[in-house]
Amino acid sequence: MFESLTTRISGAFSSLRGRGKLSASDIESTCADIRLALLEADVAQSVVENFVTLIQEKSLAALPEMQSGTNQANAIFEIVNKELIEILGGAARRVRFAKNPPTVIMLAGLQGAGKTTLAGKLAKFYADQGNTPLLIASDLARPNAVTQLQVVGESIGVPVFAPEVGSGVGDPVKVARDGIAFAKSKQYNMVIVDTAGRLGIDEELMKQARDIRDAVQPDEILFVVDAMIGQDAVRTSQAFLDGVGFDGVVLTKLDGDARGGAALSIASLTKRPIMFASTGEKLADFDIFYPDRMASQILGMGDVATLAEQAKKAFNTDSAERLEKKFESGEDFTLEDFLEQLEAMSKMGSMSKMLSMLPGAGAMKKQIDNFDESELVRTKSIVQSMTPIERRDPKVLNGARRARIALGSGRKVSDVNSLVERFSAAQKMMKQVRNGGMPQGLGGMGMPAMPKAAPKNVPQKKKSKSGNPAKRALEEGQ
Amino acid sequence: MGIFTKFLSKIKGASSLSNSDWEELYSELLESDIGPTLSRQLIDEARKSKSDSPEEGLHQILLAHLSTQSREIRRAESGPTTILVVGVNGTGKTTSVAKLAAYLQGQKSNVVLAAADTFRAAAVDQLRTWGDRLGIEVISGKDNGDPASVAFDSAQVALGQKADFLIIDTAGRLHNKNDLMAELGKVKRVVEKVLPINEVLLVIDATTGHNGISQARIFTESIGVTGIILTKLDGSARGGVALAIEAELGIPIKWVGTGESEGDFAPFDRESYLRGLTQM
Repeated sequence: MFESLTTRISGAFSSLRGRGKLSASDIESTCADIRLALLEADVAQSVVENFVTLIQEKSLAALPEMQSGTNQANAIFEIVNKELIEILGGAARRVRFAKNPPTVIMLAGLQGAGKTTLAGKLAKFYADQGNTPLLIASDLARPNAVTQLQVVGESIGVPVFAPEVGSGVGDPVKVARDGIAFAKSKQYNMVIVDTAGRLGIDEELMKQARDIRDAVQPDEILFVVDAMIGQDAVRTSQAFLDGVGFDGVVLTKLDGDARGGAALSIASLTKRPIMFASTGEKLADFDIFYPDRMASQILGMGDVATLAEQAKKAFNTDSAERLEKKFESGEDFTLEDFLEQLEAMSKMGSMSKMLSMLPGAGAMKKQIDNFDESELVRTKSIVQSMTPIERRDPKVLNGARRARIALGSGRKVSDVNSLVERFSAAQKMMKQVRNGGMPQGLGGMGMPAMPKAAPKNVPQKKKSKSGNPAKRALEEGQ
Repeated sequence: MGIFTKFLSKIKGASSLSNSDWEELYSELLESDIGPTLSRQLIDEARKSKSDSPEEGLHQILLAHLSTQSREIRRAESGPTTILVVGVNGTGKTTSVAKLAAYLQGQKSNVVLAAADTFRAAAVDQLRTWGDRLGIEVISGKDNGDPASVAFDSAQVALGQKADFLIIDTAGRLHNKNDLMAELGKVKRVVEKVLPINEVLLVIDATTGHNGISQARIFTESIGVTGIILTKLDGSARGGVALAIEAELGIPIKWVGTGESEGDFAPFDRESYLRGLTQM
């Protein structure tokens, strides 16, 4: 049901292949597809309309040039991608530090957006850079929000100013004001004010937010918003902009599978930059916002950068380095290495999620959705049933050994055969990749020959085979 | 102004609405997070409808897309009725657990709560504070302990006390995290050694967009969701994603949350929900 923009566009153009040049009406129908894809990604309607109009104009203007190109679909796609990045990152900037410390950052947002967790992440981020942040617990509404902030503060070694127990007791404005005075007296150079979640339409609480703002005179007000938010992003971000104002946006829960169209809506409507992205449950799962990655995600174009990072986290650095050296020195990649990779991969989470981060994954959407996750386990069981010698040198695998392995892993001999075949094919391909050079930086992941996120390659990628033997084997095993 | 009021003058029959009127209706449905594909389908069906007015036609069609499953609590035949509350982070699980407990308590039921969100800092305290307010026992374990063990203990307590209901609060988890989903499966299996789980309620935030469908699908696949609690309907979001979930997966919305106090909670009422959706 959910087709990515890549699929849509390549679908729209596949019928045109061999039929000659693109016409203006082809562009119009493609723009209709883009509209639908953006709506499915939860981009606000008004933003979609403006955006599609812009794309249509630019594409029509570039039509003569496109008609002479070989890949006309991609030309449009590039226009879309460029414009998305433009909107998402046009005005990107970092937190402005106050001339006279402390730099005051105030957080605001709906209930459940993730403000308290974010306060901790932000504090850690800046503490790690040598700042001395103080957290102020001004969410006195939600039961035990204060305790939550205290626990978070303790775990990152950042002090928390929490004179009130909260859970409905105390004046958040006074706490905020006193907190600033405390920070000044103790010479903290940064203050992060956590506030209660509030609805955009709750005038009373909006007034309270303004009062907190006026009491702390923040250098930055950050609007914290859940990446999974839908069309309401428009109303809510506008309400916060009008109600309390904000200077930047933080997107949370970006590690989910939401397309995050809200990012586009909010950036485009409020003209406020998205400054940070929160990407996980741990307090270190937090980073500066990268517009290009978000654009890829919205377009369903794949996000190799994120994949690479996740891989880096999952793959043990020692083994990755060892693999890299092995690779460079021209040694063969063995089934032992393969097993190690399989294990690291299962740590990274669902295979289909990872596959969907690859460029061109949109075109394989159906296969990915139907991906049998236990295939990984089955493949692993076959390798695990081999002796170390067999893993290092699959050539020794004669009929008797294969029969034993099949028995040990509970698979058929034909399964063992096909794994071995696919593995040696992959091994061969890796040699080719090595001879042809590989993208720098990806080697460290122990996943050689990962294609880069070049939109140019998107439609062709459909037929390409992964250089990663594990993934390749699994793809072919379907 | 409600979407239909501006059409009132023209309404004589569905055919009297112009294309642009229908597009406006489509856009209204989109606005409520029903999603482009389903919205288009609903409008197409409404245009074909033989009702006296487009308003009535669309209303009937929306009704027809709601789940046909019962919205009553699935009660245990004997012993405590066990309810597992799940969802992604920040949808309002803990608050919903407390509200549901207050609601059931109001019906003279004896409720036990289990604080099996051992992950989020102070989540246990949050539920305990609710428990103190409502005078309801909260079973908890250590922070960062095993949620399944807390759930198991609570099932034994509920059984021992002959409680009417056991409600288990769980940590928020994104549905695409396999290990966390597996953890939920473990909680379920372990509890079911003591008590069968009668309801698995998925908490969906009304502000959620298209992703809500993905949440519902994956939670259902891994733990068998039996109903939805739709929260934060008091905001400016209309919660159309819940209709999309009902239409696509057939999982009924059972409860609706509309505020931060324990009373801001009610069984799902389809008429008022649909009115809110289309702002009729």
